[in-house]
Amino acid sequence: MTHLLEVKDLSVTFRSDGAVIRAVNGISYTMDEGESIAIVGESGSGKSVGVLAVMGLIPTPPGRIESGAVLFDGRNLLELSEEEMRKVRGAEIAMVFQDPMTSLNPVLPIGLQLTEAIQTHQNVSKAAAQARAVEMLHLVGLPNAAERIRDFPFQFSGGQRQRIMIAMALTCNPRLLIADEPTTALDVTIQAQIVELTRELQSKLGMAIIWISHNLGLVAGVVERVIVMYSGFIVEEAPVDDLYERPLHPYTLGLLHAIPHVDARNQERLASIEGLPPDLRRPISGCPFAPRCPYRITQCDTLPPLVEAGPGRRSACWRWEELQGVTIFGEPL
Amino acid sequence: MSTPAETNALVQVRDLKVHFPIRKGLLRRQVGAVRAVDGVSFDIFKGETLGLVGESGCGKSTTGLAILRLLNMTSGQVTFDGQDISAFPESRMRAMRRHMMMIFQDPYSSLNPRMTVNSIIVEPLNVFQIGTPAERAERVRELMELVGLNPAFVNRYPHEFSGGQRQRIGIARALATNPSFIVGDEPISALDVSIQAQVVNLLSDLKRKLGLTYLFIAHDLSMVRYISDRVAVMYLGRVVELSNRNTVFDHPAHPYTRALLSAVPIANPKRERVRQRIILEGDVPSPANPPSGCRFHPRCAFATAECSTVDPPLRNLATSGAESHWVACHYAERFIQEEVSAPDTIA
Repeated sequence: MTHLLEVKDLSVTFRSDGAVIRAVNGISYTMDEGESIAIVGESGSGKSVGVLAVMGLIPTPPGRIESGAVLFDGRNLLELSEEEMRKVRGAEIAMVFQDPMTSLNPVLPIGLQLTEAIQTHQNVSKAAAQARAVEMLHLVGLPNAAERIRDFPFQFSGGQRQRIMIAMALTCNPRLLIADEPTTALDVTIQAQIVELTRELQSKLGMAIIWISHNLGLVAGVVERVIVMYSGFIVEEAPVDDLYERPLHPYTLGLLHAIPHVDARNQERLASIEGLPPDLRRPISGCPFAPRCPYRITQCDTLPPLVEAGPGRRSACWRWEELQGVTIFGEPL
Repeated sequence: MSTPAETNALVQVRDLKVHFPIRKGLLRRQVGAVRAVDGVSFDIFKGETLGLVGESGCGKSTTGLAILRLLNMTSGQVTFDGQDISAFPESRMRAMRRHMMMIFQDPYSSLNPRMTVNSIIVEPLNVFQIGTPAERAERVRELMELVGLNPAFVNRYPHEFSGGQRQRIGIARALATNPSFIVGDEPISALDVSIQAQVVNLLSDLKRKLGLTYLFIAHDLSMVRYISDRVAVMYLGRVVELSNRNTVFDHPAHPYTRALLSAVPIANPKRERVRQRIILEGDVPSPANPPSGCRFHPRCAFATAECSTVDPPLRNLATSGAESHWVACHYAERFIQEEVSAPDTIA
């Protein structure tokens, strides 16, 4: 069976001031039709660059895809011409970006921006495109959609703008929706609305979703599987319940213990991951997390491969088996 | 709103209002006002951290700025260490500022990129003419060590540091004059998750070591619960609930607090799937034209006719002896007693 999306050994670099930044280092993962996964990592982890490469949106130069393949429904997207890619982008794979204010054109009414997306990919009349735009806005819960399509982006709130972006992404019934931190710029109550909306739309429309997020808390209730990235590498992958219950990479463990729980009554000191993420301009030898890792051993000077670590799980840690019993970040093995 | 037990307040805020005029037309006549902060009262006790939470536009940052008098208040009173600073002339206020400092949200824009770490941290000492040049240099060293920066980097520029390290520079600058009160306006929200914990731990160490009092403004509720002793929840320019942190988080009495808390994602997929969430409809109304009666009533699932006409005062629910629990809701008692979750259980 072919997967909906299969990313194989993908590496992306950027050139800046004579230095080579290794943003994504040979990542591989698959996902199936209708599945929802999350790619979690901090800034500089390569989580966004990885999906931009899937969309064919890496600016070249300075960016460059060094190696790998992105198979969408069996077809390698990296080999498509710009013309062919344009037919995939928006129609089969759509994307929602972080900041709805900068991703909408401020001087065009939203209706025009939606119909443009529809007419680019579907051979329909202007009237039909407009009807579809209203239908989509209605679907994402924008009140008075029929009248509001003449309004400009600034006339909407942040949450409404993100709804419009989602409507635009879904106009052509994509099979894969990539949501790149779609709620980061929003307030927590509006964030909950958007998460709820996306969940509803997925069960209604059945598309696959990749959530890109820095927030392990946010994706917990939204996805089935989580991929954790650190400095351009996938360090762990697991079904969502397993990941939160028993993380098998020290970085995931540290992240989970660095966030306070809203229902925690005590004020124990937060487990913090000391140090900083590595400088991506320098070649990384060994495990990228080793300098900050309390479980580092001499073996960590060699890059640990991402290996099977139980059913549906992968970990890139030499000591993943020993980590199974650890409940607190930093406690001895 | 202070009871006899609550007298050791370092900062007292009484009926604070900050309105921004809306001007229109050729003559720039005032046609209205954005009531960013509209009658806020609370105390901050010596040595405590008061968390101030709410959505964007609720007035939490404006409140912080007005307390430090970095913004002109429209009316109301702010007392710092027993002195009514709201009436101070600017010259006297300036002398006062060495005791009250601010840590800003964005460690990228709050540090001058053309100044070295040394000149950034020493600046408050120069402004307030504290110490001799040699003493100031020694103090900068000491401060850098205190916040966990290597003093050897004293001549580097902000761009040479990461976000978390820059926030440490901002903290060192705020501490230079030995202030007793610090307002942190979202001091960690621009930082990565693994760095947030480092900075939060640093802030609590400093508080203990130096006996500081914090006003911690944030929208990340789990971090606020973690760092605060008491928590005030703001909505549309008003405080709607104020109590110690466990009361606010475990027994919220205001429907807005309940909705806000239920919107916070929990990093536990099993619990996240089964728990009931209150999803608030719509957006926060404009503070230029707040709703009548209770400001939350258009979004409140429990609103009655009374709520749309009568503005509920902030009142103390606690029975004598118990810790105070201030709530601005007509039906707060019922929310406290029953574990109300569905709209039809109250009518």
